Amino acid sequence: MSRGKFVERVLFLLALSSVSSLVIITVFIFLEGLPLIFHTGLKDFILSSHWAPTKGFFGIGAMIVSSLLVTLVAMVIGVPLGLACAIVLAEFCSETMRRLLKPTLELLAGIPSVVYGFLGVIWLVPLIRDHLGGPGLSLLAAAVILGIMILPTVISISIDALTAVPDIYREGSIALGATQWQTVRRVVLPAASSGIITAVILGMGRAIGETMAVIMVAGNAIKLPASILDPVRTLTSNIALELGYAAGRHREALFATGIVLFVIIMILNLSATLITRRR
Amino acid sequence: MAWRLDPRITQTLAKIVLWAFTGLTLLILIFIIVNISIKGLPQVTSAFLLQDPQDMGRHGGIFSTIVATIYLTLLAIALASPLGVGTAIYLTEYTREGWATRIIRFGAECLAGVPSIILGLFGFVLFVMKLGFGWSILSGSLTLAIMVLPIIIRTSEEAIKAVPQEYRQVCFSLGMSQWQTITRIVLPSALPGITTGIMLSVGRSLGETAVVLFTAGAALRTPASLFDSGRTMAVHFYILAREGLSMPNAYGTAAILMISILLINLVAYTLMQRLLRRYS
Repeated sequence: MSRGKFVERVLFLLALSSVSSLVIITVFIFLEGLPLIFHTGLKDFILSSHWAPTKGFFGIGAMIVSSLLVTLVAMVIGVPLGLACAIVLAEFCSETMRRLLKPTLELLAGIPSVVYGFLGVIWLVPLIRDHLGGPGLSLLAAAVILGIMILPTVISISIDALTAVPDIYREGSIALGATQWQTVRRVVLPAASSGIITAVILGMGRAIGETMAVIMVAGNAIKLPASILDPVRTLTSNIALELGYAAGRHREALFATGIVLFVIIMILNLSATLITRRR
Repeated sequence: MAWRLDPRITQTLAKIVLWAFTGLTLLILIFIIVNISIKGLPQVTSAFLLQDPQDMGRHGGIFSTIVATIYLTLLAIALASPLGVGTAIYLTEYTREGWATRIIRFGAECLAGVPSIILGLFGFVLFVMKLGFGWSILSGSLTLAIMVLPIIIRTSEEAIKAVPQEYRQVCFSLGMSQWQTITRIVLPSALPGITTGIMLSVGRSLGETAVVLFTAGAALRTPASLFDSGRTMAVHFYILAREGLSMPNAYGTAAILMISILLINLVAYTLMQRLLRRYS
């Protein structure tokens, strides 16, 4: 075997590291969690909301609903904010301004999730408790924090999508007498729509998978929330709160919770990849 | 005829709303940074940095957590860098686009999307339990390495791609082999970008909590070997804040953590921009 061929083989093996990590992660999470799902039955596990692991009840229905609701409200907050930033940066601002704003906004991605959670507890939770009622630790608090945390994802992918739209489109529209805003709304945004949808989907993935910030502000009560001011426990919080002391079936149940989370995230990732490829 | 606003007025309104949202986002960012800095920086003294935590962190400093953070991060980066850079070289220099590259890229993208709590679960069951490493620096850094791998792959690939094709053609015309071209010309040219990926990974590891808590544990002693548990600054901050042990110490830890991550990210960003501008 020539030296070049040898190097290529080695590099190929290195390149397999990410795929094989992903496979191993999947295998281990499923191996640990599936026995419990078979034991309880998939239907009871997903649909029941009775979670009392020491008494043998493993139902994560309420947590699935809570995770989805928190994510949904987070998107309502994060997507308009993020999209607005992206449109301003890509369409309505000077080159110097962009050079200043873009790296500044990217700093949001560097702030650790525990810091977001901490500030949520210190500032946001009392604000909600005093002005809107409820215990403060709530679905709303988690959603606001997550809405802010997904901003970097939404902003950077949307900007890429907007700047990928050729300038000829904009020039054509302006030449027809449209204003800059009409151009953005009727021409640029539709042309960039698949990229923006990808941004939203990946933002959802981040929101539903976030753990530490959510534990700190969501209140962690195991029940179906009746309003956005109720405390909730998400799938991720459930794992993180109980993994420290769980054993036996209880631990398997946490891995099974992980399977549900993993499947949701993989569906989101897959659809993001498919949408990007179609473009 | 339906009543319609003059398009120029609509445009002004739209711009006001968009800029207001952008302003709000900036305000949130500034609020976070200023708030943590103002309350945290006064706590940061040389004693705070150089003393070990006492009484579960209620008193004393954060020295042992700094040491644990550095050990974990360095080891994770040392494990992930060769894998990540190797992957990037393979993807850019050795293959045409095909099923192999598509699978590798897809794997890296999916891995980037795996939430840290899933990685924590995985590291816990494989490294801590099955392989018997226990809650340790080794288990923690192995799991962190998997977490930062996609970041290193993506940035290195971008950096290597930015090196102009002419460089490679000149090398080949001089009779250099492909491996010589890569190690002597392509990699040195792409080095600032590769450094960016590594720095971003350092930033990501410093701030990570969920993975570290379940793989490296939370022991307050200074770790003396790879198999010792260690508490990183992020985990320490989380425990201080959540159990309400000491607000001043929590703020101090948060300030150091946040400011070092932001500085690292800022330098990383500048390096990459400079590289892209040089070759575009």
